[in-house]
Amino acid sequence: MLKQVIDKEIADQQQLQEQELYDLNLGPSHPAMHGIFENRVKIDGERIIECESHIGYCHRSFEKLSEHYSYTQVNTITDRMNYVSSMANNIGWILAAEKLLGIEVPKKVQYVRVIMLEINRIIDHLICNGILGVDAGAYTGFLYFMEAREKVYTIFDKMVGARLTTNFGRVGGLDRPLYPEFADDVLNWVKVIPKVLKEFHTLLTRNRIFIERCRDITPISAERALDYGYTGPNLRAAGVEYDVRKADPFSSYEDFDFEIPTGTTGDVYDRYMVRMEEMEQSVKIIEQAAKNLPDGPHHADVPEIYLPEKKDVYSNMEAMIYHFKIIMHGIRPPKGEVYQAIEAPNGELGFYCVSDGGPNPYRLHFRSPCFYYYQSIEELLRGSLIADAVLCISSLNAIAGELER
Amino acid sequence: MAADTVAKKKNPNDPFRKYDLTLAEKLYLPAISKGMAVTLSHFFQKKVTMQYPEEKPEVSHRWRGRHVLKRDEYGRERCVGCQMCELACPADAITIQAGEVPPERRHLHTTERYAVIYELDMLRCIYCGLCEEACPEAAIYLTPFYEFVEDSREKLIYTKEMLTEKTGGPIFYKD
Repeated sequence: MLKQVIDKEIADQQQLQEQELYDLNLGPSHPAMHGIFENRVKIDGERIIECESHIGYCHRSFEKLSEHYSYTQVNTITDRMNYVSSMANNIGWILAAEKLLGIEVPKKVQYVRVIMLEINRIIDHLICNGILGVDAGAYTGFLYFMEAREKVYTIFDKMVGARLTTNFGRVGGLDRPLYPEFADDVLNWVKVIPKVLKEFHTLLTRNRIFIERCRDITPISAERALDYGYTGPNLRAAGVEYDVRKADPFSSYEDFDFEIPTGTTGDVYDRYMVRMEEMEQSVKIIEQAAKNLPDGPHHADVPEIYLPEKKDVYSNMEAMIYHFKIIMHGIRPPKGEVYQAIEAPNGELGFYCVSDGGPNPYRLHFRSPCFYYYQSIEELLRGSLIADAVLCISSLNAIAGELER
Repeated sequence: MAADTVAKKKNPNDPFRKYDLTLAEKLYLPAISKGMAVTLSHFFQKKVTMQYPEEKPEVSHRWRGRHVLKRDEYGRERCVGCQMCELACPADAITIQAGEVPPERRHLHTTERYAVIYELDMLRCIYCGLCEEACPEAAIYLTPFYEFVEDSREKLIYTKEMLTEKTGGPIFYKD
């Protein structure tokens, strides 16, 4: 209804002041843009009449690059897609490669992957909602969220030796054994999260300024969202209860008990609330997984795919041969194609991999959720204000690294 | 998948309610005072910021930082120039030229093959740790040392002399 009125108003205004419209470049390096997004908007006063978004401004050709990389090396590219939650991308790719090779990994590895994926979901949502607060004019909450993020980076550091570009996991298991106090560290960190969320709720959720800033801003109906190919929190905010973790459980997600929060209108406030609720669910999953972490080896028993231990390589002839064979010849999956999707923090992150039996993927496609969100921006921004456009982009959690892969 | 929206009832405890503001919420002031209370409580908490150059963060022993080339117990270079790390490197940061050890220098190397040139471009390197994984001779390792800055690009192309450790030891296992 409101949309129709605005559209009519826009049509009238366009007729009247065709030559008085102002062209503005919102991005690529605008201070309010999070990353490099190129948007050209036609504005009348402060109202956006038309928006033209260009995808591909900083295209980095990850898909082509991975055709020249071995299956292990592709893992390092996926780090750099959604750099806010790099482990989620690693896990997605490794699951795809394992599906192609037909490997079943031990329960422990699956649980550790679930824990890391949920930790990444929490830190991704923390950033997204924190930035939403910053864009709405509340800077403080972002800093409290950053504190929680900083603490989890020490876990990443102890686990894989890096904070941002993690390169976590290998095809067939984890990249190295877990450090002894891993489960305790995770449980200690997770204990803090509900407290942090409560603080953030106090600061923003029922604050009238925030509500009035966010409600009815760039809403999207469930039908339009599905038409565009929305997934993840943004689709759930529109009211569709779709989650890859429930619809097509991977990495033993069926063992855990959690709920899927949904919104109703799909506006900025609903997206914010869905993310806040999802973090609480993630805390539940992490607690279940870390308390029931099974014992066992940190990789599947696949000597022709997973590198042998170093002390075997230096002493054992067979291990040495496998080591050389894996490094020099690479992992060679059988001919075929596979699609594996995971519920990444941002939505359905899919990997479509075609193998011709060689050491490199013949073709690899990343289905990154941002790409689908960003196409709807032209429709969402039409008729809104410039200040709301910034809120819209940050609440969609469009990340340049994932969009321009 | 059905594209039906879930109709939510008007429930004051529903987190998604946003249109029915209570009187206290309409007045701004309670929300502001609550927010200020949160901010003030943080004012008295322990500070988490770190004064970086004076105060340095501790990193774990698994940290992937600057590389080293190890020597063995007799002080001989462990690297044999097999080029496995060059092959495993996703960023093409390592350049190796292998050659035969001259007889008068044979006591400095473990085998008769060695790396004549071993260059590591620290600006190309992405610190993924795959070279360490690929090394079959326990030669290259990534260390927890993370502070290396120079004022030119040329100075950050590390040669074998800069990378090789001065003293040797038994095989290092990085758990």
